[in-house]
Amino acid sequence: MDAFLNTSFGITILTFIEALAIIVPVLILMAYVTYAERKVLAAMQLRKGPNIVGPFGLFQPFADAIKMMFKETVVPSGANKVLFFLGPMLTFGLAVLAWAVIPVNDGWAIAKINVGVLYLFAISSLGVYGVIIAGWASNSKYAFLGALRSAAQMVSYEVSMGFVMVTVLLCVGSLNLNDVVLAQQHIWFCIPLFPMFVIFFISTLAETNRSPFDLPEGESEIVAGFFVEYSAMAFALFFLGEYTNMILMSAMTSILFLGGWLAPFGIEPFTWIPGPIWLILKIVLVLFFFLWTRATFPRYRYDQLMRLGWKVFLPLSLLWLVLTAGALMLFGWLPHAV
Amino acid sequence: MALLDRTARSLLMSELLSGMALTMKYAFKRKVTINYPYEKGPISPRFKGEHALRRYPNGEERCIACKLCEAVCPAQAITIEAEPRDDGSRRTTRYDIDMTKCIYCGLCEEACPVDAIVEGPNFEFATETREELFYDKAKLLANGDRWEPELAKRLELDAPYR
Repeated sequence: MDAFLNTSFGITILTFIEALAIIVPVLILMAYVTYAERKVLAAMQLRKGPNIVGPFGLFQPFADAIKMMFKETVVPSGANKVLFFLGPMLTFGLAVLAWAVIPVNDGWAIAKINVGVLYLFAISSLGVYGVIIAGWASNSKYAFLGALRSAAQMVSYEVSMGFVMVTVLLCVGSLNLNDVVLAQQHIWFCIPLFPMFVIFFISTLAETNRSPFDLPEGESEIVAGFFVEYSAMAFALFFLGEYTNMILMSAMTSILFLGGWLAPFGIEPFTWIPGPIWLILKIVLVLFFFLWTRATFPRYRYDQLMRLGWKVFLPLSLLWLVLTAGALMLFGWLPHAV
Repeated sequence: MALLDRTARSLLMSELLSGMALTMKYAFKRKVTINYPYEKGPISPRFKGEHALRRYPNGEERCIACKLCEAVCPAQAITIEAEPRDDGSRRTTRYDIDMTKCIYCGLCEEACPVDAIVEGPNFEFATETREELFYDKAKLLANGDRWEPELAKRLELDAPYR
């Protein structure tokens, strides 16, 4: 068996199974995030939310999926057909691709690369291309404006997110996500780096175009933003991509700040529960915050969004980066230099 | 000092957090949803729903073909043709309401001297085809027979105010 697994064919098969083992749960989680979103929003607005399809409406995501599959995909006559379909594929593909480096337990990642954080950052930056391509190929003014807004927003918030990650990396001394989690065995980074944790969470909201930064989708001004012209499965791919990105960002927050698969405090009753369950619980908790902010806050105006990104978060994260570096140096807490 | 106070508040996100606490408090309040197809909200006795032509208790139709409703209808949705019946009484031979034109203003009901045409409590009469919404006399009389107990009650409740 081991001999077979070491042949190139065996490795291919193994990687394929590993990929399935992470993509299928992520997609199921994604389906239930849409359900949870509707339920949480409903609860906070004193409504009931979906409750007809199955017990408590639990089969609603599947009903929606079936509806999406049987609808007609309308291609606008002026659209660039190749790019029009490339956009959603790229968005969804990239959202799934990033999961390759997420460690679910000690050493449980499909790709155990030493530049995991860099890879994640690169993939999430590439996501902007899907948005721009979709906006451009639709040949519609609303889609184009939405795409430009989206792209500008995602690019702006990536800068401060980058600084936050650098701060975490300073405390870890490695770009490997596995090491990032292991470095939190004594204390989760959300406690010593709390301001960075908040900035990172708010930046992920902006990065995934979620409320209160969902102005690419600003219904009142530009209808549905960059995907106005999309219908049926092409639309569903954007939807999948957006929610998969949300889950990915929650996973990133859990790994960088909430100790990934580690049990809280590392003490007895908590350590009985296996690591992957803890990771999923943390992801779900962060996702709940995503929905909670959506239920609470009104949408930012575009100039306010840009001001927050460039004039508040960027200086703050830069300042905290320098402070952290200084403190690490001063007290000799720098992790091993390789 | 005011500046410091404001900066501290915005950095500590006190307003954002109190907003989030409020939504969380609301999440555990009692829901106000009426679970529509299974539960329905109350309807006023003056509710203007689907039309019906009523009959007298002896089964004689009330409508005397005065055509006041046809004349008053602002949407011109009502079409009436009348002829004397064999017993010499004046009756309609045709009484059509185009429900796609009707604006549910209730003027036909107001104009009717014998309470024959009324708008009932029923608002669930959606159809699959447009043609089904062109109501004729038979359909309207059938509506009257179906809803008569409620229609009589509504008229009685509203009587002091007419």
